[in-house]
Amino acid sequence: MTELLFALFVFMLSIFLGFELISKVPPTLHTPLMSGSNAISGITLIGSLIAAGSEENPLSVSLAVAAVALATINVVGGFLVTDRMLKMFRRQ
Amino acid sequence: MRDTLIQATYLVASALFIIAIKLLNSPRTARLGNGLGALGMLMGAIATLFYQEIVRYEWILLGVVLGGALGAWMALRVRMTAMPQMVALLNGFGGGASTLVGLVEVLRRVPQGEDSPVWLLTVGLSILIGAATLSGSLIAAGKLHEVITGRPIVFPGHHYQTGLWLVASLILLVWTIIAPAQGLFGLLTAIATILGVWMVLPVGGADMPVIVSFLNSLSGLAAAATGFVLQNYLLIIAGTLVGASGFILTTIMSKAMNRSLWSVLFEAVGGQVSTASAEGRTVRQTSAEDVALMLSYARSVVIVPGYGMAVSQAQHAVKKLLDALQKKGVDVRFAIHPVAGRMPGHMNVLLAEADVPYDLLWEMERINPDFPQVDVALVIGANDVVNPAAKTDRSSPLYGMPILEVEKARTVVVLKRSMNPGFAGVENELFYKPNTYMLFGDAKKSLEAITQALMEI
Repeated sequence: MTELLFALFVFMLSIFLGFELISKVPPTLHTPLMSGSNAISGITLIGSLIAAGSEENPLSVSLAVAAVALATINVVGGFLVTDRMLKMFRRQ
Repeated sequence: MRDTLIQATYLVASALFIIAIKLLNSPRTARLGNGLGALGMLMGAIATLFYQEIVRYEWILLGVVLGGALGAWMALRVRMTAMPQMVALLNGFGGGASTLVGLVEVLRRVPQGEDSPVWLLTVGLSILIGAATLSGSLIAAGKLHEVITGRPIVFPGHHYQTGLWLVASLILLVWTIIAPAQGLFGLLTAIATILGVWMVLPVGGADMPVIVSFLNSLSGLAAAATGFVLQNYLLIIAGTLVGASGFILTTIMSKAMNRSLWSVLFEAVGGQVSTASAEGRTVRQTSAEDVALMLSYARSVVIVPGYGMAVSQAQHAVKKLLDALQKKGVDVRFAIHPVAGRMPGHMNVLLAEADVPYDLLWEMERINPDFPQVDVALVIGANDVVNPAAKTDRSSPLYGMPILEVEKARTVVVLKRSMNPGFAGVENELFYKPNTYMLFGDAKKSLEAITQALMEI
């Protein structure tokens, strides 16, 4: 139960932090914000890595490999495309 | 010791994620921020590989190589105009990964009875949210890519069915806690998938910025739920930050359309075209040469881009016109409505691609008071976001939506393919105003003709 409470503490603080940080992002960066933060949410990758490296039965392994692949697309694609966009923004 | 080191690395990675989002507050630091986010991700992934539980690496390698190649290919090949569907797809994949991780955990722990009610709830949530995000995002991407029609798809009693799927998922969620069984989680995945499809099918093109932001938020929440399942703080922090980000964007987009998320999801707009008030009135047509003349005599010009600019890939033509006007000493600015295009910031990215400096792009609240002093407002493929009916006509579906007040400019020139009404299917009063001129045709060709004529003056 204490573990859950700790996790809920972290969750609550992250909500406030998220609102604080993101309300300051200017509209001109809303698309890179979405794709960049989306890449960060690909952090599910670490869960899928453990599963793909430790599971034994074929069904679990196939699900885990698919999870690794999807999460990696999310991470690699997200960061790269965000970088491509941000490279283009310039001042006068 | 090994676990401590892994957790310490996660701690650093969380800090990097937070700094990354903080640096996204300014275009000058955003690229560095994105790089730091990628660094945090790399550190987290590498640290994870040292977990004691991991005994084999070949499956990991297979997934990473496959996903990495596909992700890189997509990211480097995608056109800037196709960015909304790219973002939608990425959201979906994130959600899909959460569902799959949840299912693997179910297969491992449920047969052995290693499950507390709280654990079952979180794993159910990560599966439910993830699966709905995946299927909903695929439909959204299909609509944005025009594989599926962009018009709302509504079956008879559609919204009741959506409600039914939602209730069914929630019942299953509770059921899995009372009587955990693998089959139930499989059923939950299936019903959540249908729920996602049903939720997005009725959403029309103009509402896409809201739904894409909403799916963005859901993909983060799915990751956070997975964090609870795995007791992993890095996942909880990163997922929640994204959930909050998507939620804020959803709120901003809904406000800019004067609609609630509820009405976007449950009240389809568009599709039905009202023909009222169109009878017997004519618009004033003009030519590229005349527009060039008007622009060359102007001191202040405001360009208002909309989805039509994206459709005709006209952003580079816009930049050439900007250069020609600036050479003649005309003050040119851009007015950006928050929901112009198909996702938050869509116009900004397209104009950045064409090398238009971002400090020329003005937000709605900032530029609206200036329109009375503007000589020419040049509307390029925007419609609903400049419709004055939103302010005056109580019967209009657009009523209450904040608009760019271009009708207050001395002269308005509208570049438009035809007289077809905008997405909401509403006639636009602006086109009939005495100070409005219409230039029909493909936006890109019209712009090139104007620029050509301008250089010959």
